[in-house]
Amino acid sequence: MTTLTLAGLTKTYPGTDRPALDRLDLAIESGSLTSLLGPSGCGKTTTMKLIAGLLAPDAGEIVLNGRSIHGLVPERRGVAMVLQNPLLFPHLTVGGNIGFGLKMRGLSSTEIARQVDPMLARVHLDGMGHRPPTALSGGQQQRAALARALILKPKVLLLDEPLSNLDAGLREEMQTLIRTLQRETGITTLVVTHDQAEAVALSDRIALLFGGKLAQHGPPEDFYRRPASKAVARFFGGVNFVPGRSQAGTFQSVLGPLALSKGLADGDHLLTVRPEALRLSPGPNARRARVDAVAFLGTQTRIDLSVAGVNLQALKAPDEAATLRPGMEIDISLPPDALWLLPSGDH
Amino acid sequence: MHADRLKSLAATALAVGLILPFLPLEIWSVAHGWRFPDLLPRETSTKAWTYAFSSTAGVLESFALTTFIALTTTLLAALVGVPAGRALGLYRFRGKGLVTLLLLAPAILPGLAMVFGLHSIFLRLGLNGTVSGVILAHLVPVLPYMTLVMAAVFANFDPAFEDQARSLGASPFQTFRHVTLPAISPGLLTGALFSFLVSWSQYLLTLAIGGGRVQTLPLLLFSFAASGRNDVTGAIALLYIVPGLVIVLVTAHQVSGRGAALTGGLRP
Repeated sequence: MTTLTLAGLTKTYPGTDRPALDRLDLAIESGSLTSLLGPSGCGKTTTMKLIAGLLAPDAGEIVLNGRSIHGLVPERRGVAMVLQNPLLFPHLTVGGNIGFGLKMRGLSSTEIARQVDPMLARVHLDGMGHRPPTALSGGQQQRAALARALILKPKVLLLDEPLSNLDAGLREEMQTLIRTLQRETGITTLVVTHDQAEAVALSDRIALLFGGKLAQHGPPEDFYRRPASKAVARFFGGVNFVPGRSQAGTFQSVLGPLALSKGLADGDHLLTVRPEALRLSPGPNARRARVDAVAFLGTQTRIDLSVAGVNLQALKAPDEAATLRPGMEIDISLPPDALWLLPSGDH
Repeated sequence: MHADRLKSLAATALAVGLILPFLPLEIWSVAHGWRFPDLLPRETSTKAWTYAFSSTAGVLESFALTTFIALTTTLLAALVGVPAGRALGLYRFRGKGLVTLLLLAPAILPGLAMVFGLHSIFLRLGLNGTVSGVILAHLVPVLPYMTLVMAAVFANFDPAFEDQARSLGASPFQTFRHVTLPAISPGLLTGALFSFLVSWSQYLLTLAIGGGRVQTLPLLLFSFAASGRNDVTGAIALLYIVPGLVIVLVTAHQVSGRGAALTGGLRP
């Protein structure tokens, strides 16, 4: 079991006035795969380098298995990092690269070879151990870099944008491989990514960072169904926001009273509903809507609607939207369990 | 076909042009008197070579001393030049232009311009006439070569490789030994060759600082040449070009050809 806790982690780079990371508190679940997600410059790579020990924090603690690893040199942390570029050492063979860390630990060459061969097989590089890294394709190099870190059985594995240099087809393959290896080994893994779709597909939990601060931390579904703020909702493709006031399970706004599911707080709020969750049929919370535009996006069709002067967007399977034309008046409904309230402050 | 013939013709011309000046030396070294207008000496003799290798001539000691000075100078230049080149090649810092200029200065300025200043400083430090003084003086023209070569090498080196190595459990020393050094070694070799040869062929600084007490091969060569011993001069001159020749032959493929020398090993 590996527990990794970040407490009040702060880092400001010299020559900048805004901290790259601002009092980050984060408890990483043992054995989980957590994505550090956010737009570029949000502090996710900084966080990773702080955990790896390649940077020193200005303030805050990193606690691994109950002990602070503050001031511990990178090679003593039991943390292995795979950087964005595969960075295979060019003067070593593929096998030599994978065995690098073991060699640094002083293991004998027969012991290294005994461990490297099965590791080559696990990342589907059987028989390629004697090749130079340049003889590998981009995807193979990335897999070799992953094997080079995994063979050390680190307490924490850090992957920096592991898929960003790969083509679409290879991405999925690598995603599956990372997922499989992580489940098999149970190594607590942190993946840095800027791609929300990738984070959702890959992780048990997501930590979303904005401007060096933690915006939300939880399982991927939460970011769709229960976003913490408008910014979070927008980052995950939320587009429908209606200001108003909730009281006793009803939301009052220009849309008229809407029934809410239980347990939502009273007060001024921003109502949000996922574009996929809007129903283009009568039901609870039904409204009359005008179709403004219909755009075919391939796997989905986007329908721009206006309801009482409020613009709402729906995403539907193309079949479901086939008969819709701009200018039509249709019945829609906003299912109460698809409605979610955001703090009203940040719109 | 035509281009090939042209190439081999050019190579031959180059080889002849390089070897021809040495021909009289070779002939002198085995001549027993060689007077105008003879095209070749009438008699040959191994006297000059016997003398050069004898213990009385001091040629062998001088050869050893010159080698020691050149090797030590090269080692010291590497110890300073590798970190300095790393700083110049990898980082931006305040006053970098000035530092580069100061490093280049000894390569631009004629040696004569600074040798007197150096002499008076070394006099105060008691370094004149010592081997250490000569080595220090040699560092003046050698360091710029080493540092600038290493700066070019590090400009093409991605320091993320070092972060990667540390994160895989390598200590700073292991990282240097197993990651950085293999990457910079072709460039380091080039820098070391330059350094060795610059020190090896140094005359003025050795004479001024050594004050005649540090007899390196160029000094010995000059004194035999000045005394009119053409046969011994020829023999010493041939010994003198041995290291250069050996270095070129051993490392020709590193310095030229694959172009690995300056770009380092870590470029994709």
